[in-house]
Amino acid sequence: MNAPSAAVTVQDLVKRFGAFTAVDHVSFEAQRGEVLGFLGPNGAGKSTIIRILCGLLHPTSGEVRVAGLDVARQPEAVRAQIGYMSQRFSLYNDLTAVENLRFFGGLYGVTATEFGPRLQWAIEMAGLAGRELALVGTLAGGWKQRLALACAVLHQPRILFLDEPTSGVDPISRRQFWDLIHRMAATGVTVFVSTHYMDEAEYCHRLALIDRGRLVALGTPGELKRTAMTGGLLLVECEPLGEALAALEQAPGVLEAAIFGDAFHVTVLATEPALRELPGYLSARGLRCGRITPIPLSLEDVFVQKVGREVVAGGTPS
Amino acid sequence: MAEPAVAITVDGLTKQFAGFIAVDHLHFAVAAGEIFCLVGPDGAGKTTTMRMLAGVMAPDAGSATVAGCDVVRDPEGVKNHISYMPQRFGLYEELTVDENIRFYADLFGIGRRERELRAAQLLAAAGMARFHDRLAGQLSGGMKQKLGLSCALIHTPRVLLLDEPTTGVDPVSRRDFWRLLYRLAAEGVTVLASTAYMDEAERCHRLALLHRGRLLLCDAPSRLKAGMPGAVVAVTTSAPAAVRDELQGMPGISSVLVVGDGTHLVVDDAESHLPAIRARLRAAAIPFSEVARVAPTIEDLFVASVGSQDKGGS
Repeated sequence: MNAPSAAVTVQDLVKRFGAFTAVDHVSFEAQRGEVLGFLGPNGAGKSTIIRILCGLLHPTSGEVRVAGLDVARQPEAVRAQIGYMSQRFSLYNDLTAVENLRFFGGLYGVTATEFGPRLQWAIEMAGLAGRELALVGTLAGGWKQRLALACAVLHQPRILFLDEPTSGVDPISRRQFWDLIHRMAATGVTVFVSTHYMDEAEYCHRLALIDRGRLVALGTPGELKRTAMTGGLLLVECEPLGEALAALEQAPGVLEAAIFGDAFHVTVLATEPALRELPGYLSARGLRCGRITPIPLSLEDVFVQKVGREVVAGGTPS
Repeated sequence: MAEPAVAITVDGLTKQFAGFIAVDHLHFAVAAGEIFCLVGPDGAGKTTTMRMLAGVMAPDAGSATVAGCDVVRDPEGVKNHISYMPQRFGLYEELTVDENIRFYADLFGIGRRERELRAAQLLAAAGMARFHDRLAGQLSGGMKQKLGLSCALIHTPRVLLLDEPTTGVDPVSRRDFWRLLYRLAAEGVTVLASTAYMDEAERCHRLALLHRGRLLLCDAPSRLKAGMPGAVVAVTTSAPAAVRDELQGMPGISSVLVVGDGTHLVVDDAESHLPAIRARLRAAAIPFSEVARVAPTIEDLFVASVGSQDKGGS
């Protein structure tokens, strides 16, 4: 395998809109062939960072290099190297699949001689063979989504941006789509995914968690689950639910309790002491305890703890 | 405990639009005080089902009752007992939070004293009390949804119908939203909510998994997962694509999926396959740190269920 090489370098990036700091001293790198996810609440600064990476917004300060180019100085050249697929794929429903591809090829400056072979490649890559002449309005969701991807990569960009790419798509099409993305990344394309859905985040090699303009965590999904959280997560069965929730929220060492159907997911400071102490604590309050057992953390737990804790801490830089 | 009363019954409910069947002979029942989720991708029939249960769209066949009212014979009667929050809830962006609530209170004929009491409770529970005079247009996505819910709850419904209430809402706000739903359920309100997000469905009491208008599965999330045929195995590896290429097509493995830091497999029997998978990866000199059984997700169930019902896929 080739040595990793940075496709995108972001160094001390700041973006201010008047008095509001949308991006606050953010630094990271993305390698060739990497699928990097951006997670964060609405308004956290994810889209601002992506618009700067695309050369659509000027940074206030800091340096951003995309495919070796400085986005502040060469935004046009940067745009030739990137592809973008939005959440609501901007396809033309009254044009055929091939007409859409031709249209987007034109926008991205694919020349007439290049178009033929690129079209063949895109159709094959996206599994659209047999549907070339179908009106897009008649295609099912999964087909539309792969066509939108084909439109975004027809000019063979080195960097691809996806905004909640599989939101609302059925799971079978979603899995096909992510398989396609991983195959594309394996050819050296760097893929950025912006989402607040954790089941999309699980498909990323690394995740950048953004909150109020700052990078609060960066790592593989496994690393984040292991290290970004202090303490652990317990499944607690306890009845009656309402009283048990109130008691758990007050219990020593408990950070958060959430109802999942007929049980609780309880985030605790430390797993061992909680396992020892919770049964007694709950039964002393007249509650009926069932199973209490550690369960693996989900990315959502990491997200809620990271972002939630930052809010409580009042926004001091980590 | 007394036998729980039934809040919603759905019996063969069917709706067609211009040659395609949006809802296809649905059957399910929801107990009073239950949080029940309709789960499925776009086009599964979630919104059409909600509309029929809200009495705003007539079914082509079948019947349903909501809070004891027949939605076909008495659609107006249904409306007295429910609150329905459609996907695009009509908030007035140029009005404040208080003014939006007051508008809905007037629509439902709620007097001033009751309105003020209830609005204060709802906004406090939603963590929005200090935003009461902010314009709705200046709220975040999560807060808009919570305001929509507060408006829908300004009268006390017996059944709450929520169509994709958390779409576009970040995980922190989503947890607040679910906390509110559980509070309502504890007060005896029945909640029927829809979602396209399979991970969110883990939170409800029971769910109906829908695909192209049809019911795939209906039960509590934990029981559905326990009943999944086969097992999900996670291979933690720095070379997930190599793992996929090596294991795809191996007998007994029905699905191979590359995720961020590994590969997920669906196998027909975990006990016999775990050692076989490890041996095969070692023989192929593919590096891995762990091969272990993991709990299936609702998405795993959906894929397994659709795969066994129709091989048509996408």
